[in-house]
Amino acid sequence: MKSLPVSYRLAVTSRVLAALFGGYLLAALASICMSLWLPMARAEAVVSGMMTSFLVYLVAVLWCFASRSAWQAWFGLLLPGLVLAAFGGLGYGLGQS
Amino acid sequence: MKEGFRQAMAWLHTWTGLIFGWILFAIFLTGTLSYFNDEISHWMQPEVPVRQVSSEASLTLAQRYLQQHAAGAGRWVISLPSARDPGLSVSWQMPGNEGRRGPREQRQLDPLSGEVLQVRDTRGGDFFYRFHYQLQMPHPWGRWLSTSAAMLMLVALITGIITHKKIFKDFFTFRPRKGQRSWLDGHNAVGVLVLPFHLMITYSSLVIFMYMVMPASILVAYQGDTDSFFSELFPASESPKAQGQPGQLLALAPFVERAREHWGGGQVNLVTVSHPGDVKATVNVMRSSADRVMYEFGNAVAFDGVSGAFLTADPARPTPIAIAGSFYGLHLGHFAGPTLRWLYFICGLAGTAMIGTGLVIWLGKRQLKHAKSGVMPFELRLVEVLNIASMAGLLIAVATFFCANRLLPVSLAERGEWEVNSFFIAWGLSLVHALVRRGRAAWVEQLALAAGLFCAVPLLDALGSEQSLRVLLAQGDWARLGFDLTCLGSGVFLAWAAFKMRRAGQLGGKAPARTARVISKVEVN
Repeated sequence: MKSLPVSYRLAVTSRVLAALFGGYLLAALASICMSLWLPMARAEAVVSGMMTSFLVYLVAVLWCFASRSAWQAWFGLLLPGLVLAAFGGLGYGLGQS
Repeated sequence: MKEGFRQAMAWLHTWTGLIFGWILFAIFLTGTLSYFNDEISHWMQPEVPVRQVSSEASLTLAQRYLQQHAAGAGRWVISLPSARDPGLSVSWQMPGNEGRRGPREQRQLDPLSGEVLQVRDTRGGDFFYRFHYQLQMPHPWGRWLSTSAAMLMLVALITGIITHKKIFKDFFTFRPRKGQRSWLDGHNAVGVLVLPFHLMITYSSLVIFMYMVMPASILVAYQGDTDSFFSELFPASESPKAQGQPGQLLALAPFVERAREHWGGGQVNLVTVSHPGDVKATVNVMRSSADRVMYEFGNAVAFDGVSGAFLTADPARPTPIAIAGSFYGLHLGHFAGPTLRWLYFICGLAGTAMIGTGLVIWLGKRQLKHAKSGVMPFELRLVEVLNIASMAGLLIAVATFFCANRLLPVSLAERGEWEVNSFFIAWGLSLVHALVRRGRAAWVEQLALAAGLFCAVPLLDALGSEQSLRVLLAQGDWARLGFDLTCLGSGVFLAWAAFKMRRAGQLGGKAPARTARVISKVEVN
């Protein structure tokens, strides 16, 4: 364990951070999108979104450690994150108007 | 991290399992005990007798007592005896100064005579129940930590499944007396055998606390107004305000029958009366959560306490909320009858064993590399100490908690708190012991101590009890007898474990080469 290079340790730390915080953010964004877009009563859509979000978190964590590099892990979270943020923003805007 | 998908998943499985293994072991063990929450509480308050009485008769007694002693209270709460919990308890709150609620008073009544029972102060099984998600930490940190542990448990479970290529073939493989290989076979067997339970219990714990840990969608969809979300989700019946005019409260017992009619059968576990002396008194009859899988907060029928008119009933829940409620109910297992309850208990123990064997395997694999030199690096020694204290030490603490319930004097001030203190003192001492003793010796001694303490529990119960075994049998107090027998069984099992551990230590010196050969065939992650 002591012979592991610093670059390897940084890469692992980066993946852990991506999985913990990036994964949580992605799950939260997914739950927001579902609560705004699911065709059901507001409270029901919120509950459905929250229940599903943990599965999104799970897949995000697995992705972060299965991907080939730490950069790829972050990139793989960023892309669906941006899409979800766009849909969430759109849904929120439509709800406001 | 290693190359390849399965290797990466195995890496993740190993490290999430290690870092959260100790805390998950404690959560799983105390959570498993909570399936017998009522039975443990009953054992810890032996003053409450087992009576065969109807809900209506108990309710009439409770009403009589409250009318004599708590006529001016703002609210009465009557908890009725059930099949699992024989106690009849009443509590009330007097109106305090300046519109605040006054102090809460509680009494245990004899469901047959209605007299107040003098019961010992104890937290009962509720201690384990609270500990398994609050971890004795200030609110809300314990809940956050246990929910985070649940999320990592879910990751560990799924990565464990992915890692495990021959999931069904390996399930039928058990190679006893092969050291590390046996531990791994055992880990796989308890993991795969009750896999649906593991997945259900882990995912449902996330659903239970989702409002706390994943609130983003509530905040966005309701523009930060969480209160309106919860009132939309659980439309609570607004009970009428007190008018300030005195009113004559009707007999409560018939309301139970009327509530049952409304549900089409079922059990009542709680009856509350708001401002009982007022003309606008409201009676809420709550349905027992033992009735069905779906768990709901206060599924109640409300009546006007003076005219007897039907006021409101909780509506049926829409599908997504029913699904969330069902996960909640599956996790709690209130609906389970005796057989299913034991199955829950066994599944919980299997989960605990899966976590425990995983921790042992982690250490065992790495220890072998240092077997020849005999010097263990600091991090391995740390894991070893934590393994011993978190597993054997916790068992000692649980048994100490039960023994303290029978040994501490009934008159002791803050007796219930001292039972809890004895739990943590015993756990702390086991950590100290694990630090000063060598690994295997610490294991053997702590397992032996836990075995002795668990065997002592039924003895203390028999010695300190006024009721003889024959009386308990005649009363049909199976919960208390079952508790004693389970403790005895646990004691015998732990004694066997201590014996095996000691023997393995003696043999271990002779055959390290063979063990090492076996290990080299095992996938080392």
